[in-house]
Amino acid sequence: MHGILTAAEMEALLLSLRVSIVAVFCALPFALGAAVLLAHRRFPGKSMIDGALTLPLVLPPVVVGYLLLLALGTRGPLGAWLLSNFGIRFAFSWTGAALASAIITFPFQLRAIRQALEAVDGGLREAAETLGARTLDRFVNLTLPLALPGLIAGAITAFAASLGEFGAIITFVSNIPGETRTLPLAIYSALQSPGGGLEATRLSILSIILALAGVALAEFAQRRANRLTGR
Amino acid sequence: MSVDVALHHDFGGFFLDAQFRVEHKGVTALFGPSGAGKTSIVNAIAGLLKPREGRIAIDGRVVLDTKANIFVPAYARRIGYVFQDARLFPHMNVENNLRFGWRRAPVRCSGEEFAHIVNLLGLEKLLSRQPAKLSGGEKGRVALGRALLASPELLLLDEPLVALDAARKAEILPYLERLRDEARVPMLYVSHSLDEVTRLADHVVLVRQGRVAAQGSVFDLLSDLDFSDRSGAPPYGTVLDAKISAHRDDGLTVLAFPGGELMVGRLARPPGSRLRVRIRAEDVMLACEEPRAISANNVLAATITGLRDGPQTDVQLDCGGAKLVARITRSSAARLGLAPGMRVFAIVKSVTVDPQIGKEI
Repeated sequence: MHGILTAAEMEALLLSLRVSIVAVFCALPFALGAAVLLAHRRFPGKSMIDGALTLPLVLPPVVVGYLLLLALGTRGPLGAWLLSNFGIRFAFSWTGAALASAIITFPFQLRAIRQALEAVDGGLREAAETLGARTLDRFVNLTLPLALPGLIAGAITAFAASLGEFGAIITFVSNIPGETRTLPLAIYSALQSPGGGLEATRLSILSIILALAGVALAEFAQRRANRLTGR
Repeated sequence: MSVDVALHHDFGGFFLDAQFRVEHKGVTALFGPSGAGKTSIVNAIAGLLKPREGRIAIDGRVVLDTKANIFVPAYARRIGYVFQDARLFPHMNVENNLRFGWRRAPVRCSGEEFAHIVNLLGLEKLLSRQPAKLSGGEKGRVALGRALLASPELLLLDEPLVALDAARKAEILPYLERLRDEARVPMLYVSHSLDEVTRLADHVVLVRQGRVAAQGSVFDLLSDLDFSDRSGAPPYGTVLDAKISAHRDDGLTVLAFPGGELMVGRLARPPGSRLRVRIRAEDVMLACEEPRAISANNVLAATITGLRDGPQTDVQLDCGGAKLVARITRSSAARLGLAPGMRVFAIVKSVTVDPQIGKEI
């Protein structure tokens, strides 16, 4: 690989993968929790929360990035508090890029998991209950395995979307080589420098290959999961 | 041991108001037309539906009492449920489906008993299969086994045959009969098919429009002349408990029942075997004098105990303690001058014999 890619390209690729993987895995538990609440529970203000949780999908990513900067920048209220109490810094760090990606791609995961949970036949849960399974038992051993294909599909979609995230990352954590310069940011930087057209093309081809690999992976995972759940 | 049920619930205009008892021995049928509230009743018993008012006690163990604010959740009731649509878990093979309830039972049955139930339902060869690869009949048997292996104190069966075609029904019925005769679990069997009820049930609870219209033994209730009024179903006739008394050389088998003997085609069961015999009202003719030179094999002396006029006349007969019903035309009834107390001869044209496996008297 090192022969094909330059050090800077490799850096951007690995950073993109790291940011996206962390973003997907950090958002997953929250998406699962929210999906369970929205799919199976009724509570006041449900439609409000439902709407609020899909907001990152419709807001301009730049706005999301700016809001994150306001809240979590080193001088933002939450950012200052996290830094002084826990030493956690999101601003100008790859973890900030992962956070921005996680928030932007959260609705993809939420939607896929929620649909998968709602598709699980309630009659099966009733059957499990008459066989002695309590609520958590039913969720872990019945609902979750049956919703697994949807969960995986959601995670891969979110991962692919995260690889392409630009606006929120550049606004929140800037464009620092080796720290926050993911593939889209590297393409942007190449286009900004004179004679960077070839570099931009190479990075774009890399992005396309990555996207295709993601689609293939999603297909493969879906098939495996379908076989697992007997469909 | 018995299960006492009293329920009262309002489904926005449809009132459920049912009170009955499920006897420990054998099968109690919850019989009635579609939409009578049968499934709601079993859902309430299982704990899947919380009725507005009610009390359910299994051998004194109260699982529901709205007055005392007791509602034992379904997972703790130990009531098995076989659903119409089997509801096997699609991500588990047959064995793991069977073990699902077994693992969670407070008192697990032994490995031997597990093997026995698997064997009883003919599931040995299916254990490693996925539910998606099973036929409808096989799914039904797995669902039955899964519910039984959770060691329930009561087994609810909600029309387990309704989604199956005639051939699949014929495949499962013998297994249900075996279960009735061998398993020590009382069963509440929901059905709108009189055929299934007469074949399987010992007791019948008749449900109409959310209410219990009648209840009693299958032998009494079905030969009751008011039965068709109460059930909305066409009158059935008679269900008798009989046993094989002899195999004759001329190829017939003699069945003994309290009112006498019935001759049927050769049965492949040893003498002494207990059988359930069904005689439809349409298949019984009446004669005031003993007929001679007649092709029918079965002529029984009987006394008329009741008459009921409708489009046709149903005649209830006492035949040595057994109740028979004959359905004849009104003109025949008038011509013969039939009246309660009269001695007549019942000519039985056709007898349906259901095997009861493994029960000897």
